[in-house]
Amino acid sequence: MHTDEYILKVEDIHKAFGANEVLRGVSFEVKKGETLVFIGSSGTGKSTLLRCINQLTPPDRGRVWLHGEEVTNSGKRINYFRQRIGMVFQNFFLFDHLTALKNVEVALIRVKGMSKEEAREKALAELRQVGMEDWAGHYPAELSGGQAQRVSIARALAMDPDVILFDEPTSALDPELTREVLEVMRTLAQQGMTMLVVTHEMGFACNVANRILFMEHGVIAEQGAPGVLLNDPQYSRVKNFIGQFLEYNGD
Amino acid sequence: MELISILLDWFPYLLRGIGVTFGLVLSSLGLGVIIGLPMALGQVYGSRLVRVPIGIYVWFFRGLPILVLLFLFYFGIFPGLGFDLSAFVVGAVVLGLRGAAYQSQIFRGAIQSVGEGQMVAAQSLGMDRLCAVRSIILPQSMRIALPGWSNEYPNILTDSAVCYAIGVAELLTRASQIVAQTYVTMPIYLAAAGIFILMNYGGMKVLHMIERKIAIPGFGSGAM
Ligand SMILES: Nc1ncnc2c1ncn2[C@@H]1O[C@H](COP(=O)(O)OP(=O)(O)OP(=O)(O)O)[C@@H](O)[C@H]1O
Ligand SMILES: [Mg+2]
Repeated sequence: MHTDEYILKVEDIHKAFGANEVLRGVSFEVKKGETLVFIGSSGTGKSTLLRCINQLTPPDRGRVWLHGEEVTNSGKRINYFRQRIGMVFQNFFLFDHLTALKNVEVALIRVKGMSKEEAREKALAELRQVGMEDWAGHYPAELSGGQAQRVSIARALAMDPDVILFDEPTSALDPELTREVLEVMRTLAQQGMTMLVVTHEMGFACNVANRILFMEHGVIAEQGAPGVLLNDPQYSRVKNFIGQFLEYNGD
Repeated sequence: MELISILLDWFPYLLRGIGVTFGLVLSSLGLGVIIGLPMALGQVYGSRLVRVPIGIYVWFFRGLPILVLLFLFYFGIFPGLGFDLSAFVVGAVVLGLRGAAYQSQIFRGAIQSVGEGQMVAAQSLGMDRLCAVRSIILPQSMRIALPGWSNEYPNILTDSAVCYAIGVAELLTRASQIVAQTYVTMPIYLAAAGIFILMNYGGMKVLHMIERKIAIPGFGSGAM
């Protein structure tokens, strides 16, 4: 058994919404420090897959393991696993009634049971990490999309997760703001954070990902290191898909 | 001037009605929160077993005229259950139970208007639903609810005069007693009306102050 080698193991995940079979057997493994990028057209189940990993959407079948412990069917312990699996959303979902600082603090206090002072220090450090320390006292409505997304990354980081799931973190942002968020994510990847990223940013995928997983109709159709996928003629589908995006983006 | 001396003599008696009227209003707002808020939470997050009885409660207390409720409780339900309660207590309880029915719907709307993403984000950080409701959903929905909840104040204040019918010694009851004693009509009722208006104005001022105090940039009442 080499389960410990992998931080995260996803095994044969199935999920249907009524007659709509969204995930039809997805499996993969993630090593510590790896960045996996999921690409694929709209509706292929990328968001659903991420939400199955932390059980925000319980899968119909299949299992998820974190450090060899089963996340699926874990009952109340799921709240423990969710601390260890961070998530960043397309629309940020910052807590609207809390300042940037409090957004990062709140789960440290309520979930981790930290003292106010401890939480504050930790939250400020995380905000510094994403370049948002100066905005600590501002409310979400006072932040640009890029700033809000960086705060939400700080909020996820503060829990010291083993892995962070990013669901199209820049899709709601202008190109300019997209860059500042991708920059933060690239730095995280370089620092050894384990990340699963759903994105249409092919530049990021090709430059930062250890592996790109191309999803089609609820399964991983092709996967591999970016260099391999782009150069090996065997992977024509994913190459075409990426090519479309590079054309649309004009770069 | 005989009229002025009559007014001066009786004014303190009338004024003491302020406390009684205010007590009725506070009971309605207080029970409105204490009973209405858990009912709202039950309606949003509870199972059918919880939602159905709450629905019936709300339907009952919103479906009957206050006067009917007052008579029902004062002459029927409480004596029937063996409670010998003063008119004031019955008035306060009935206004409170009725307030809870109305206010629960204000709270419910506010809770439901909090975006689903707030709960999802809270859960993704490892909060259980109860914790998320307490530390994320309620602080937001209370701010959203406050303007609507404040608007209940003038309604409840004016409604409270119905307690006259069971003899609670609130403003209108006292005014009528004075009129019966002195045969001075207009000035007494005008004085009572003036007091109602001042109470209305003062209460709204305080509530608006609270709204401003807890306002958050770009959020809830602060944004509108
Ligand atoms: N809660 C739900 N109830 C019903 N159907 C759902 C639900 N969530 C997702 N779906 C359906 O599942 C399918 C896959 O959705 P999903 O969001 O996972 O795709 P995606 O790959 O993330 O697409 P996109 O690139 O547009 O974000 C879609 O057809 C969607 O309508
Ligand atoms: Mg999606």
